[in-house]
Amino acid sequence: MALLLDVKSISKSFGGLKAVSDASLSVDEGKIVSLIGPNGAGKTTLFAIISGFLGADSGRVFLNNENITGMKPHRICDKGMVRTFQITQPFASLSTLENIMVGAYKNTSLKAKAKQKATEVAELVGMTHLLNTEANSLTVAGRKRLELARALATDPKLLLLDEVMAGLNPSEIDEIVNIIKIIRDSGVTIFLIEHVMKAVVNLSDYSYVLNDGVLIAHGTPKQIANDPLVIEAYLGQGAAKAMTKNTPTKAKASKTSKKGGKS
Amino acid sequence: MMSYTVSMMPAAVMNGLMYGSIYALVALGLTLIYGVLHIINFAHGALLMLALYAAFFLYSILGIDPYLGILIVVPGSFIFGYVLYRFMIGKLAHGKDQNILLITLGLSIVFENMAMLFFSADQRTVNLSYSFETVDLGFVLLSIPKLISFFASLVICFLLWMLMSMTDLGKAIRAVAKERQGARLVGIDVDKIFAATYGIGIACLGAAGCLLLPIFYVDPYTGNLFVIIAFTIVVLGGMGSIVGALIGGFIIGITESVGGLILGESLGQIGISVIFILILMFRPNGLFGGKT
Amino acid sequence: MAISISRWVQMGLLVLAVVLPLAIQNNFYLDVLTIIFFTAYLGQSWNILGGYAGQFSFGGVMFFGTGAYASTILWTTYGIPPIYGVFVAILAGAIVGLIVGYASFRYGLRGSYFALITLAFAEMLRIIANSLEFTGGGVGIFLNFEPSIMNLQFINARGFYYLSLGMVVISIIIAMWLERSRFGAQLIAIRENEDAAEALGINVLRSKILAIMIMGGMGGAAGTFYAQKYLYLDPPIAYSIALSVEMLLVTIVGGMGTVFGPLVGSFVLHIVTEVAKHLIESPGLSLIVYGFILILIIAYLPNGLIGLFKGLSGKRGK
Repeated sequence: MALLLDVKSISKSFGGLKAVSDASLSVDEGKIVSLIGPNGAGKTTLFAIISGFLGADSGRVFLNNENITGMKPHRICDKGMVRTFQITQPFASLSTLENIMVGAYKNTSLKAKAKQKATEVAELVGMTHLLNTEANSLTVAGRKRLELARALATDPKLLLLDEVMAGLNPSEIDEIVNIIKIIRDSGVTIFLIEHVMKAVVNLSDYSYVLNDGVLIAHGTPKQIANDPLVIEAYLGQGAAKAMTKNTPTKAKASKTSKKGGKS
Repeated sequence: MMSYTVSMMPAAVMNGLMYGSIYALVALGLTLIYGVLHIINFAHGALLMLALYAAFFLYSILGIDPYLGILIVVPGSFIFGYVLYRFMIGKLAHGKDQNILLITLGLSIVFENMAMLFFSADQRTVNLSYSFETVDLGFVLLSIPKLISFFASLVICFLLWMLMSMTDLGKAIRAVAKERQGARLVGIDVDKIFAATYGIGIACLGAAGCLLLPIFYVDPYTGNLFVIIAFTIVVLGGMGSIVGALIGGFIIGITESVGGLILGESLGQIGISVIFILILMFRPNGLFGGKT
Repeated sequence: MAISISRWVQMGLLVLAVVLPLAIQNNFYLDVLTIIFFTAYLGQSWNILGGYAGQFSFGGVMFFGTGAYASTILWTTYGIPPIYGVFVAILAGAIVGLIVGYASFRYGLRGSYFALITLAFAEMLRIIANSLEFTGGGVGIFLNFEPSIMNLQFINARGFYYLSLGMVVISIIIAMWLERSRFGAQLIAIRENEDAAEALGINVLRSKILAIMIMGGMGGAAGTFYAQKYLYLDPPIAYSIALSVEMLLVTIVGGMGTVFGPLVGSFVLHIVTEVAKHLIESPGLSLIVYGFILILIIAYLPNGLIGLFKGLSGKRGK
């Protein structure tokens, strides 16, 4: 399995605050990998560094064995990696179609071709009926999809999704999860930041857990769920110990509530 | 030629300090408006021009010495600024940064051409009985009006500082500058504070106009001269910093004066634009500024 | 491929504009139209950077003045005819655009800061022109009246009319090209959201600089036109803030980011001026009205007059 993204020892401080400490991770081609962790753990900072929006203090990022550390985002996009934003960034007064076309224009200079590609991508994410709607008028779910579609239109090899499910209701989440699976099946590797545990478990082949800027665990979702460090990161110090001390029935109850609770 | 430059240097520096204190006053208004309202008041130069005319007509029609005229022009300017913001700028801009820029630009066009229409393009100055008297400091001669203007602006800057730090209004303004929503939550009428702040900024222009008229002149386009100067000072000193405006004012005043001495009248002006461009490029927060 | 109604209308108006001088012998009206086209042309140059790319310049006159000086000095000092000189003017304008664009955009200046720095650059150029000998300093440069195509000078108003008509048509074609090209879509993306544009592979810095260079080149040509028509150039004329303002004014009034916005805005503003001049004999009045119109448009009609028209017709356009 080819290593698509290789992140080596990234550190970043803001003034005295160490946002990311010596974080290393990798993403295999064709997989869906997730980056999870409590709020403020440094996930978006790490994303920003990987995608070229922020400079790291130390460490390197490799895409397809090429050193992309410090490259500007548009060049990284040329290399095949594109990101979406946690707070959606639509081209507000343009229509859905025009928004997606901007992404499509990366690979063609012809308006007709861009339009065609954009229409195809819109169909893939289920936005065909919204093509002429102004981005401003879309719902949160619509904007999230638009963000996804726009990035997809650039024909990336690696898609970085930053909390694409935040603000969605359960049925919308199910839809997006499906769409992401379809995208993965079409050959795109996906690396996502997510809080919604249900999605993480359903989608990821592999997960990394970040807490306070440090990668505290990684593995398959099953392995992660049972990792005491991870439990403590989400539920507080001593939680893991407290949970193992409980009777079997009580432990089971707290485990399921942990899975469904964090969103 | 060199020795002329060297011998005139002290005079140039003093001259720069004198004008610098008035520039500081102009910049103070601008930085205050930016610091609190977060808007770039493009009409600043034109409003200074109006203040100059106000001082001029108080003298030419009513015979009031500009230095006394401050007592009338400053409150008048405050009211004018308050009303202008409350009923025009604040209402029409709908909150977008570039809208305010264009609206204040529009206002400056209106003011400039109204002045042209009503006052004609003639340059106006005032010649007071003591306009040409000087004080001999030994190494340099200082004209009395410049000296009065210098000290008066320092006093006004001090009064402004007292207003901002010791009065309730000042505290409210600072609260709004720091945390708009929070200020609303504790019951401060933010819209009124905005208008009051704008009013104070224009009041600074009122004072500056009275202090400037005896040592300068006014015509409808005088405002344009001061737009770049004022913005350079504010950017140099740091947007929103009162200390920065003061120090920046002196730096720019001296730069202008010394630059004029070394490079000649016309080319000397270029120093200000160059400083402005360089600061924006390399240190947009200025000397004392916080966030831009 | 059917030609839309609006396309027929545009063709019709163009034909009308071309044959107009045959019907109207009155130089005055031809001259007014010439000025309208000239201002619309300059407005369109502002529109490229301001309307489409969203970067509001307050110093657009710097390209005009530099171009004017370039072709004028080449002619008066070196004898090179303006028909060649205009290309140097275009180049000069583009280079100024490159320098100013790099200084501003490379260092992340946006919004009001960008507007202010363009103002400072224009002011700087004015001071330099005022102090240099070979630009004639404060005295300025007088141009000779030697009408010929080579000199881009004409005996009657008709010649200048066609020249300015040609310029404005070219500027409209440039805008039309922008609206259907990838580059234009990228500029619009930058206007709407720079970070998102960058993330999608658009080289934001390069695109902005390219846009300001186009604006600069267009402005430079306008400078040559002006110099050859009015036969006098000095720093206050070459670098006047009033022209910077007029450029943005006609575009905002007509509709930023539209193909015909600058032309519509130019027509409206100049008609208003002429009417005002008839009603009240005073110099500053039209400009006062300009200022008010700017304020009102920004406050109530931010998409300009064309936006109003589109709203009425129901179409979203583009």
